Amino acid sequence: MSQVNRLATGGRVDRSQPVTFTFNGQTYQGFAGDTLAAALLANGVDIVGRSFKYSRPRGIVAAGAEEPNAVLQIGSTEAAQIPNVRATQQALYPGLVATSTNGWPSVNTDMMGILGKVGGKMMPPGFYYKTFMYPQNLWLTYEKYIRKAAGLGRSPTEVDPDSYDYMNQHCDVLVVGAGPAGLAAALAAARSGARVILADEQEEFGGSLLSTRETLDGQVASEWVDEVVAELAGMANVTLLPRSTVNGYHDHNFLTIHQRLTDHLGEVAPMGMARQRMHRVRAKRVVLATGAHERPLVYANNDVPGNMLADAVSTYVRRYGVAPGKQLVLSTNNDYAYRVVLDWLDAGLQVVAVADARSNPRGAWVEEARARGVRILTGSAVVEARGSKRVTGARICAIDVTALKVTSPGEVLDCDLIVSSGGYSPVVHLASHLGGKPTWREDILAFVPGDGLQKRECAGAVNGVFRLGDVLADGFEAGVKAAVEAGLSPVEGSLPATEARHEEPAIALFQVPHDKPTARAPKQFVDLQNDVTAAGIELATREGFESVEHVKRYTALGFGTDQGKLGNINGLAIAARSLGISIPQMGTTMFRPNYTPVTFGAIAGRHCGALFEPKRYTAMQSWHLQNGAEFEDVGQWKRPWYFPKAGEDLHAAVARECLAVRNAVGILDASTLGKIDIQGPDAREFLNRVYTNAWTKLDVGKARYGLMCKEDGMVFDDGVTACLADNHFLMTTTTGGAARVMEWLEIYHQTEWPELKVYFTSVTDHWATMTLSGPNSRKLLAEVTDIDLDKDAFPFMSWKEGQVGGVPARVFRISFTGELSYEVNVQADYALGVWEKIIAAGQKHGLTPYGTETMHVLRAEKGFIIVGQDTDGSVTPDDLNMGWCVGRTKPFSWIGWRGMNREDGLREDRKQLVGLKPIDPNQVLPEGAQLVFDPKQAIPMQMVGHVTSSYMSAALGYSFAMGVVKGGLKRIGERVFAPLVDGSVIEAEIVSSVFYDPKGERQNV
Amino acid sequence: MLHIFCPHCGELRSEEEFHAKGQAHIPRPLDPAACSDAEWGDYLFFRDNPRGIHHELWVHAAGCRQYFNATRHTVTYEILETYKIGEKPRFTAAGGAEPQAVDQGVTA
Repeated sequence: MSQVNRLATGGRVDRSQPVTFTFNGQTYQGFAGDTLAAALLANGVDIVGRSFKYSRPRGIVAAGAEEPNAVLQIGSTEAAQIPNVRATQQALYPGLVATSTNGWPSVNTDMMGILGKVGGKMMPPGFYYKTFMYPQNLWLTYEKYIRKAAGLGRSPTEVDPDSYDYMNQHCDVLVVGAGPAGLAAALAAARSGARVILADEQEEFGGSLLSTRETLDGQVASEWVDEVVAELAGMANVTLLPRSTVNGYHDHNFLTIHQRLTDHLGEVAPMGMARQRMHRVRAKRVVLATGAHERPLVYANNDVPGNMLADAVSTYVRRYGVAPGKQLVLSTNNDYAYRVVLDWLDAGLQVVAVADARSNPRGAWVEEARARGVRILTGSAVVEARGSKRVTGARICAIDVTALKVTSPGEVLDCDLIVSSGGYSPVVHLASHLGGKPTWREDILAFVPGDGLQKRECAGAVNGVFRLGDVLADGFEAGVKAAVEAGLSPVEGSLPATEARHEEPAIALFQVPHDKPTARAPKQFVDLQNDVTAAGIELATREGFESVEHVKRYTALGFGTDQGKLGNINGLAIAARSLGISIPQMGTTMFRPNYTPVTFGAIAGRHCGALFEPKRYTAMQSWHLQNGAEFEDVGQWKRPWYFPKAGEDLHAAVARECLAVRNAVGILDASTLGKIDIQGPDAREFLNRVYTNAWTKLDVGKARYGLMCKEDGMVFDDGVTACLADNHFLMTTTTGGAARVMEWLEIYHQTEWPELKVYFTSVTDHWATMTLSGPNSRKLLAEVTDIDLDKDAFPFMSWKEGQVGGVPARVFRISFTGELSYEVNVQADYALGVWEKIIAAGQKHGLTPYGTETMHVLRAEKGFIIVGQDTDGSVTPDDLNMGWCVGRTKPFSWIGWRGMNREDGLREDRKQLVGLKPIDPNQVLPEGAQLVFDPKQAIPMQMVGHVTSSYMSAALGYSFAMGVVKGGLKRIGERVFAPLVDGSVIEAEIVSSVFYDPKGERQNV
Repeated sequence: MLHIFCPHCGELRSEEEFHAKGQAHIPRPLDPAACSDAEWGDYLFFRDNPRGIHHELWVHAAGCRQYFNATRHTVTYEILETYKIGEKPRFTAAGGAEPQAVDQGVTA
């Protein structure tokens, strides 16, 4: 029998189904129905990890989400690694592989532990802030080693083999937690006909009812659970979500539920199943029945393995048939904790003693324990645990809780398990995620949820209701109320009978006094996960950290995956005492999502890989692929970047493509340009207001380039707009700016000028655009169109309608290369066929497909800007030397006019766009390089501008660039210098930004 | 995630369908040329950052593409109302006068 701590009978585990697993390389056996923690305890595994800061051995403390120590790494392969799994929340499955997160070379013989013992005294709170502060630039180095030593969990480095899901849900009532309150609430709401979702983080519904010794209707409580779950499961209006943690309570009753669909089956999901699912729920009402966590007492060496929560031990005994020890000592301040004593006795084990801080406890459970011969030491507490790797004894002393003093020398009792209970802390996390501050209730010594604007009720233990009969009633009432608030009719129901019992109140006790002052006593741990001690909190308050948020950050109390589930209330009670204020004055820290860690997989859902972001392709995509295009991302668009021939790199291909356009003809897929169809009698007036230049006199059949500014006078988009009819225009925008411009037009129309009759329709995807550019473009186009291309019949900056490649087309004679160019627009559905016809006809004209890189070079040779590359939101039209595009006499004060005439917009030394010609014709200035007038000046140099576009030009035979230079337009002929990172300097002459065909003759043929 | 009632669609929809466009009721001055640089700067750059009631401009970007205003509480994130452009809010910060932009606006 390897499961040394497994009881002979009892528990909800299936003893006929042994399950083999490994922990830290050793093979163990548990049973189906175990959690990993239950199985480890059954096998007598005391140490599950080493502590974060002091590297002390740590064992399992709790049985649920509040477990601070057994935070393990799961996974047998690299791809299956999951960090930060609480052993108390992981169902055991065959072949499970778990390892400790901390501990080197092993958790049992830990080198860091020795350092920790020495370092312990040397590592007060704020140690890292104080020690590793200087020099600042070494912090990254320190951090790497600190993290390694601290041994936080690690992410897998291989691709996750599983898939994950999202599901959007709506419901009338979402019930969080399926303990007694949650089940009663769900039952009430569901019977009223409400659409109910019931979510619980555990493997089974029932919560505390699965392990309680209390009966319902005189029967084992879990029988009532079975009945209720069966009824709910049979109702079409109810969705049951087990293994589902409600992790976040977000605005307007939006909650996220992390459901682990297959984590209990194995480390990789079975074929065809999503491993986890994120439910995104919009609930009309929410019932929070999140229960309460037992609060441990803070006494010396309370972190030695064998110190556990009272409730947790009851759960292990009654639900899993595991006794994590032989001889039990209980230290408590309340009646409820006596249940563990009775459970322990029922299991045939020895209760050494109970230390009760109260002077004369007479509750029913206390009396029952007393009647069964348990030695009860009143007015006492366990002040110190003995043992190093496992508890060997407990020192119990009489204490004065008011003066917080030890009043007797006490006695040391041999034992191997100390359980403590300082009362219950309602799980107020979800109720507080949106900022509702919890309220302190002195009668139950706990924070309960404060007022929240959310449409929610709280029920049961989270509400400060602990007696089982009251919990059920509170839950049922909350369920009725939620259903009514959601618009349904109330129902009545009867609840099972509970046992009547005399209970007595608890006495306030958080930190147990020690004979030595806190700072000199053995460590009294408050937050086990972050190694925060009572002494550390006292020190923080002495050093002036008085706000609870400051104490938290200085000591790390409530950090990490723990989020203060176990230690927060004790921590702030100690801080409050040190500062001489009350607990409600101290207040709690902010509770934030997520309640327990969520995998990145569940957050990403299906939005990964190919589905991460939509990709947009033009109608000619298949041709581009067949012809070997390299692609460039432009927003979501995939655009051909260049079309390399065998053996060509980017530069060779671009040089060839550029020369083809300059000397013969090229074809570019320009379909991605934004296109907005503008109609209405006031369309022309609207254009006047949003473009910098004038549109009043643009005739039907003509097109014009326009610049768009924001109200501050800075350029934000540009493009050509054509007049299709007197009340009908087609606007083009930059590829990346299409959506932005559309929203821009709409906001001005809808909010400022609704009286203008004008309508905007995005037609970007409806039209495909192919640009024919080069001296042979007219001859080529003539072969596939019926449009008269005569230079006088179809002049520059005009457009014609006709047939191209046998389909209706709009052809615009506009040019972004400076060459004779035609932009052919056809319905996207026809575009591939038209494109192929043009390609076929182009053979004898030397037609060459070109991509965005060649387009960039060609336009730059002409000094044409690209908004977003040559501009950056701080550049006016005048800065771009594009004053010709500014309608200075337009009657309406168009967008940008007032802004660009601010004092700052008129400065003569603004950075202005100029051409830059490197003195060495083979040197290409790096784009983004900063420019200076004097390269010999001391660092930091005075920067006077930067390079915006820079290329090698095959047509010119030298490198060239554009850039902005302070007062640059008056500095033509002067020199600027670009000092580079490697220490070299490129010298360039400031020249006109139009490098090629400055008179514009080539496009006017 | 906010739940926003689009007054044009007449439906409560999720925040991810909307874009926030900043403070509402800042009309473009009717005569920009009459504004001093300081006044124009106020119109362009300066916005309120209240703790409490705030009127905001939103657009149902992935829906009807229409702009509308919302009165939202900046602490609780409660949306007290949404209303079409040109309409007046029913909820305003108690006693606090609405800040006036440099000139009378048309509708916004």
